[in-house]
Amino acid sequence: MEREVNMIHQYKLGGYNIVLDVCSGAVHAVDDVAYDIIGRYECASREEILAELAEKYTDIPAEELSECYDQVAALAAEGQLFAPDTFEPAAGKLKEKTAGVVKALCLHIAHTCNLNCAYCFASQGKYHGDRAVMSFEVGKRALDFLIENSGSRRNLEVDFFGGEPLMNFDVVKELVAYARSVEKEKGKNFRFTLTTNGLLIDDDVIEFANRECANVVLSLDGRREIHDRYRVDYAGNGSFDRIVPKFQKLVEARGGKNYYMRGTFTHANPDFLKDVQTMLDLGFRELSMEPVVCAPGDESELTAEDMPIVCEQYEKLAELMLQKDNEGDPFTFYHYMIDLEGGPCIYKRISGCGSGTEYMAVTPWGDLYPCHQFVGEEKFLLGNVFDGVTNTECRADYAACNDYARPECRDCWARLYCSGGCAANAYHATGSVRGVYKYGCELFRKRMECAIMVAVARAMEEDGE
Amino acid sequence: MKHIKTIKTRNLCESAKKGGCGECQTSCQSACKTSCGIANQQCENSKESK
Repeated sequence: MEREVNMIHQYKLGGYNIVLDVCSGAVHAVDDVAYDIIGRYECASREEILAELAEKYTDIPAEELSECYDQVAALAAEGQLFAPDTFEPAAGKLKEKTAGVVKALCLHIAHTCNLNCAYCFASQGKYHGDRAVMSFEVGKRALDFLIENSGSRRNLEVDFFGGEPLMNFDVVKELVAYARSVEKEKGKNFRFTLTTNGLLIDDDVIEFANRECANVVLSLDGRREIHDRYRVDYAGNGSFDRIVPKFQKLVEARGGKNYYMRGTFTHANPDFLKDVQTMLDLGFRELSMEPVVCAPGDESELTAEDMPIVCEQYEKLAELMLQKDNEGDPFTFYHYMIDLEGGPCIYKRISGCGSGTEYMAVTPWGDLYPCHQFVGEEKFLLGNVFDGVTNTECRADYAACNDYARPECRDCWARLYCSGGCAANAYHATGSVRGVYKYGCELFRKRMECAIMVAVARAMEEDGE
Repeated sequence: MKHIKTIKTRNLCESAKKGGCGECQTSCQSACKTSCGIANQQCENSKESK
């Protein structure tokens, strides 16, 4: 059999030599000798490797080098190193099994916004169309569509999204009340998320969000000057000073329920760690910073020159997390919350993101799109909440998106951590949902290296090593 | 001498034996909305299927 490439990913970070066995998911922290052996294990014989090591590590006895080689060989025999990729036949299985099942909707409750952020992928909430808000009738039909199409799925996710969803808050409240009134008899459990820019947060919103929303996503870009560069109202005034006290009040009242302080970094702030620090200084502890998604050539677009800066920031962010752990003041960063023990099964990891199949976006007038980032792209219109999915060809195209659909992913060590990547990013970068957004992939790999390093450091700390 | 410390992880090959239940969170439906990552998601069924 032809040897698979990249079954191992080795790297040095944070003072650790880390070896990821891609297919088994095993993670090993190793010393220099083991690191070298693993790097050569599949390319040379035992004798050749031991001879090379004896030349390099003159102060280590031959028996010890040999013992280390045997430890590597034992892990390989146990399937914890060099495990082959046998998953491809299963790549479409979960979607086949759940064909037609929808379990999550992004409700575009308001295609309008009270901010005029220049970098907005939703073009100030309008998604290249007219301003509109969702009526209760359309929203109710969307929730019924979700219940009707969710099969045996119990947990249903609904995100109130926009534009700015609080510009249509009364309908949000009515829809939640409706969902709660029917979920028990339907055997469902609704999990609501609210994504907001914060301007309209008041005591009523806080009470509602903390009672009903499993998660709240709060948009803050960090430093005042960074936030106010793009996140301005229609008069051009920055929003930082107006929203921060509201966010602080909401988070304080949240009583430990999930939230994310979500920032966007752009060409204006590739040094985004300063913005993370600002969030920490403001008292927030559940953080997310995302690279901007914008049209190619936009002034906010991250450049090739930004890449090394951003990668260094990711590394420093990982170090900061460990430092804050030690200080007894931990914080979370969305992309570093890797769960090595309880994370997703292999089916989830290879099945793609679910856009266009189990996850769809609903416009204010009830149209269905594969995800929020495709709204307004007419060729991806799937149908509507009244008639269901009628563009079955388009849906089939999304159903075929999985970890093995893109040739570029086959050699990528991170393929079981991204599930094949974001179809929208791929489309916007290459014109095809089966394309690859290489810049995003590079950032993703760096984030995963950092996330795994943090997990290794914490595990070693726990074991007193 | 111990040269290798293996961190406790879920064995992905083992998880292939049971088949996915599909109850887990949709990949993009949380904080980011602009990139796809599944590594930080919880398995809804991890106690049974680890």
